Amino acid sequence: MTPLKQYPPRPDKVYFYGTCLIDLFYPGAGLDGIRLLEREGIEVVFPDDQTCCGQPAYTSGYHDEARAVAAAQLDLFPEPWPVIVPSGSCGGMMRTHYPQLFAGTGREAQARELAGRIFELTEFLVHVCHVTLTDRGEPQRVAMHTSCSARREMGVADTGPALLGQLEHVELVEQARAAECCGFGGTFAVRHPEVSGAMVDDKARAIEEAGAEHFVTSDCGCLMNIDGHLEQQQRPVRGEHIASYLWRRTS
Amino acid sequence: MSVQTYTPQAFHRQAHDALGNPQIRSNFRRAMDGLMDKRRSVFSEWDVETLRELGANIRLRALSRLPDLLEQLEANCQANGIRVHWAGDGDEACRIVREICQAREAKAVIKGKSMVSEEMHLNAHLEAAGIEALESDLGEYLVQLNEQTPSHIIMPAIHLNTDEISDILHDKTGTERTRDVDAMTAAARAQLRERFMAADVGISGVNFAVAETGTLCLVENEGNGRMTTTVPPVHIAVTGIEKVVEQLRDVPPLYALLTRSATGQPVTTYFNMISGPRRADEHDGPEEVHLVLVDNGRSAIYQDDELLDTLRCIRCGACMNHCPVYTRVGGHTYGTTYPGPIGKILMPHLMGLEATRDLPSASSLCGACGEVCPVKIPIPDLLVRLRKESVGEGRGNVPGAGVKRNRKEVFAWKSWQWLATHPGAWRAGTGMAGKLRGLAPSTLRPWTDYRTAPKPASTTLHALVKRHRQDHDTTGESES
Repeated sequence: MTPLKQYPPRPDKVYFYGTCLIDLFYPGAGLDGIRLLEREGIEVVFPDDQTCCGQPAYTSGYHDEARAVAAAQLDLFPEPWPVIVPSGSCGGMMRTHYPQLFAGTGREAQARELAGRIFELTEFLVHVCHVTLTDRGEPQRVAMHTSCSARREMGVADTGPALLGQLEHVELVEQARAAECCGFGGTFAVRHPEVSGAMVDDKARAIEEAGAEHFVTSDCGCLMNIDGHLEQQQRPVRGEHIASYLWRRTS
Repeated sequence: MSVQTYTPQAFHRQAHDALGNPQIRSNFRRAMDGLMDKRRSVFSEWDVETLRELGANIRLRALSRLPDLLEQLEANCQANGIRVHWAGDGDEACRIVREICQAREAKAVIKGKSMVSEEMHLNAHLEAAGIEALESDLGEYLVQLNEQTPSHIIMPAIHLNTDEISDILHDKTGTERTRDVDAMTAAARAQLRERFMAADVGISGVNFAVAETGTLCLVENEGNGRMTTTVPPVHIAVTGIEKVVEQLRDVPPLYALLTRSATGQPVTTYFNMISGPRRADEHDGPEEVHLVLVDNGRSAIYQDDELLDTLRCIRCGACMNHCPVYTRVGGHTYGTTYPGPIGKILMPHLMGLEATRDLPSASSLCGACGEVCPVKIPIPDLLVRLRKESVGEGRGNVPGAGVKRNRKEVFAWKSWQWLATHPGAWRAGTGMAGKLRGLAPSTLRPWTDYRTAPKPASTTLHALVKRHRQDHDTTGESES
């Protein structure tokens, strides 16, 4: 259980941590996240030297390698501004696991300090920016898949649906077993492909059976998994990152 | 139904078979959905987080004093007339049980549900010594009739549906085929009733062993536990050494958590508190009560501050009920006494990481198990720890540490580390990937067995941000 998060007042500046999946595969989602923040009058600082949070190595058990990569990220955020991450998974790594990873090392205090100002994008838009969204899109039925790390590591299962709920022409539908994992789990999807495949198939079906015409998620791992499965199955329902969806409908 | 042996080494094949078996899939899905609903509803009026915190603290407090508490338990049990035996491993525990049976010239043993006895392979051991051991828990009885092992630690026969149970009872006991669950239960009860009367020894597990009072608590629903521990002249309780709690007042919170987390029940039909053999002025109860305290790898787990959390477990099974992997592959697939998330963090200690090499990785780390664990075992963290032990240099605290370390994988992660700590090279590499995206393979097995291949975007976020900044600088505001 994530300890109760104290939200700061709306800052003038924030850091943006784009994540490696977004950098490489979904850069538009990252840019849309930045635009959503800038529209709130916040200056967004994107440290150019950011690479990866280290999570893939961490969950695979390669903690020395993960620590080396995480250590390089620790130095990117010298000012006390909030760090906004458009992913519950990378956000969860930085908020929950950085302090564990650096426990007993000389950088523990720095890791803890940084962990305390990590925010997932939708969480920050809702609880710190208190955004008001004006929907300019066509009527659509949409399902939200909240990632397990956003839900359980960061405790922000409600903020994505809360933002979608502001969109006047969007009907938010809930798929059966919404809290169940989509089967991504990083290397799990390749180490246990059949189990992972069964999970993503169930998730995709649940989204379709809920009557969704489209789905959004706040994590690109889940997106790559669910959307990739729907695409492979040549299904009409497709997905995107919630930042892109929000920006597209409200800009 | 054919008899099948499952092993953790064959996890992948067993998972493949289970996933392709619609009966298994629907039996587990339906059962786990029901159990999740029941748990949710029974906790709906409770401050479950506070109760879990309390449960975790009780277990942690007990574990922090484990050696002392075990000695206190032994002394207080002995004062109550319970004979206490210590077993270093499963074989020794089996031998102790067998010798107690042989001293009484026992031919027939009746058993209450005990996962530790499964862990010891007690039935096979007794059988080899010419002692028949009959399971009296309904689920265990069915599993035994069907020559299987339990597929769930609380509901051993959860993999069977009504028709399959009817077939088993018909084929093995001559019971008339029926779909009436009450009729089948009644038939099994009648069959078991005679055996209770004829048994020389009753063997049970223990849910909580109270050090303060020397009391053995046994939680059950069918009354078979009460019968097992009171009807035969000898009662042998077998338990893992971690089941000890400090005081009697620790029991109600743990019991409240256990029944609600396991089956969604506010209380079980029976709650037995065993505090010794029949006294001179009593009319019933066994003449002898024995407690066998089984270590079987637990002391080794106890040596490690992090892995120690594994021993908090009160065996409710909520982790498996909520596990998306267990729900899909069922309990037998794991090939271990304890399946599901708790099995994945416990069995590597009991069997070594070599035999269980595919278990710690068989999780998406979704955290559903840790979220419902009544004593807040950080199961996902422990899975990560075991993965670390598996790929480490073999100096860890788990038998078989380093078994999955291979040079190719180490090189891959080292290369990734280099790239991710050299931002200039990272940007060049990701930029290049975008330019060469046309060459990206469309088949990347096994990922693409179920999904399309991910394709690098034509521009990276780094490049998009750079352009965005330039636009900013020219127009003085953000484009939209």
